Amino acid sequence: MKLVTAIIKPFKLDEVRDALTALGVHGMTVTEVQGYGRQKGHTEIYRGAEYAVSFLPKIKIEAVLEASLVAPVVEAITMAARTGQIGDGKIFVLPVEQALRIRTGETDADAL
Amino acid sequence: MSIPNLSPNLSRFLLRLGAGTSLALLALPALANSPAAQPHKADIGWMMVSTLLVLLMTVPGLALFYGGLVRSKNMLSILTQVLATLCMVALIWVFYGYSLTFTGGSFSSVIGGFDKAFLRGVDLAANVPTFSNGVVIPEMLYMAFQMTFACITPALIVGAIAERARFSALLIFIALWVTLVYFPLAHMVWYWQGPDAIAAAAKAVAIAGDEAARKLALEKLDAVKADAGLLFQWGALDFAGGTVVHINAGIAGLVGAVMIGKRIGYGRDLLAPHSLTMTMIGAALLWVGWFGFNAGSNLEANTTAVLAMVNTFVATAAAGFSWLIVEWVAKGKPSLLGLVSGVVAGLVAVTPASGFAGPMGSIILGLVSGGACFFACTTLKNALGYDDSLDVFGIHCVGGILGAIATGILVNPALGGTGIPDYESKPGELVAAAYEFGPAVLAQIKAVAFTLVYSGVVSAILYKVVDLVVGLRVPQDHERQGLDIVAHGERAYMP
Repeated sequence: MKLVTAIIKPFKLDEVRDALTALGVHGMTVTEVQGYGRQKGHTEIYRGAEYAVSFLPKIKIEAVLEASLVAPVVEAITMAARTGQIGDGKIFVLPVEQALRIRTGETDADAL
Repeated sequence: MSIPNLSPNLSRFLLRLGAGTSLALLALPALANSPAAQPHKADIGWMMVSTLLVLLMTVPGLALFYGGLVRSKNMLSILTQVLATLCMVALIWVFYGYSLTFTGGSFSSVIGGFDKAFLRGVDLAANVPTFSNGVVIPEMLYMAFQMTFACITPALIVGAIAERARFSALLIFIALWVTLVYFPLAHMVWYWQGPDAIAAAAKAVAIAGDEAARKLALEKLDAVKADAGLLFQWGALDFAGGTVVHINAGIAGLVGAVMIGKRIGYGRDLLAPHSLTMTMIGAALLWVGWFGFNAGSNLEANTTAVLAMVNTFVATAAAGFSWLIVEWVAKGKPSLLGLVSGVVAGLVAVTPASGFAGPMGSIILGLVSGGACFFACTTLKNALGYDDSLDVFGIHCVGGILGAIATGILVNPALGGTGIPDYESKPGELVAAAYEFGPAVLAQIKAVAFTLVYSGVVSAILYKVVDLVVGLRVPQDHERQGLDIVAHGERAYMP
């Protein structure tokens, strides 16, 4: 099992979700986050005050998958979330030791 | 629902109330039994509406305009400070403020007395003059209209020391400030005996038989003219409060911002407005309310009120547009906050000129004030480094100064203005005095300088006193946490 974490532009969420559903991903967790990478921030000006806003709003998607699904999912997220502009986001893949569905007690692949 | 059930009762109650009031009004002329001028119903109607419009400017207009500009943790503190100021000053006004501002007495060039304290004598039979010969409005209505001005002026100061002022200190400061700064200044600019008193005295001079009688009549005329505020006697024109309201509150705000110190993180952290939507709603309500402020300051529903209304439209539009364009060129983006700020700057600038300038003159004034206030709120503020949180100085003081001086220019009939009012040369008739650029502008500059110095110095003393007694500023951790929770125990928005 792998944990796929994708940080994407907020307005790309629907497209990414549709792409993952089409691949048979049954669930995911979405969080509104703030951060920056190469995009850095932007400048906001309120009357005379100029502020460098370094943390930009992003969406973090987390999904735990069977290892076999990881490659197509990563590709699908990449295709759906890409605009070609700086700030499209990043994808991380991590190993997962254990999974358990609280209601039934099912574990690992059955719990996904 | 219960509302349809209630409303017939309510309307019956209102009908009864209306019948009672009109009976009382009908009885009054018979009781008074005098040929003196009586108020016209149209003027009463207009001035009641104007009074409510100026109230609308303060709440919710100014409160939302300011509230949107602070961070969400201080939203309720701003709303509370503005509304509490309104409530407190309304009471002070009827207790002694109206009397100090609008009575004469031994010191009538600088301040009135306590003759009308607790509204003594200000009953439904009492009338006050307007700016036309032979026209009066009920004194109680005039008192209420002026009350709304006394309430909004100190509320403007709230913006300069926003997000860090101690609530109790603010209330104490404002109670002292209206007493020692606003009432005297309003008196000095607006107190006079009215057109009919001058006309009667001037007529007496004209019909005086011999030299002795003429000398006596002239002395009487001088006495009538001398029973007026100092700045009024200088010939300073201020139609609706450029000096009294805007320069006054603006300079007091700047002094306060400097004395209370910068907000924690000023120039380093993001202190961005939390809701420009609220600010937009507030500014729009300010604009609507400002028609009561400017056109209502004419005190009667006549053509000058119409002129003030049109000027309040076009100068404001010009200033909003001017700020937008200047900001677009200078900073690269036309912002809503810039547009809204320009609108308020235009309203401020046209205030003293609204009943004196012509519409085209007002547009020029608006265009200049949009650019000038943009410069004040950006370049000037950053260069001087003061933290006037919501730009009370940059908009109200700078716009007020510009408008006050421009009034002396734009009143010129050759530029479409109304001319300087003259009640003396043709007693009983309002005519325009011959316009002279030098004296007209000099009177305005003197009034501006006096207001800046008087309000600046007395405000500084009052801030110092309040700081020594209760402390102007909240402790650092309270400021970090936000005043809503710490000072008021509540939150504007649930997470």
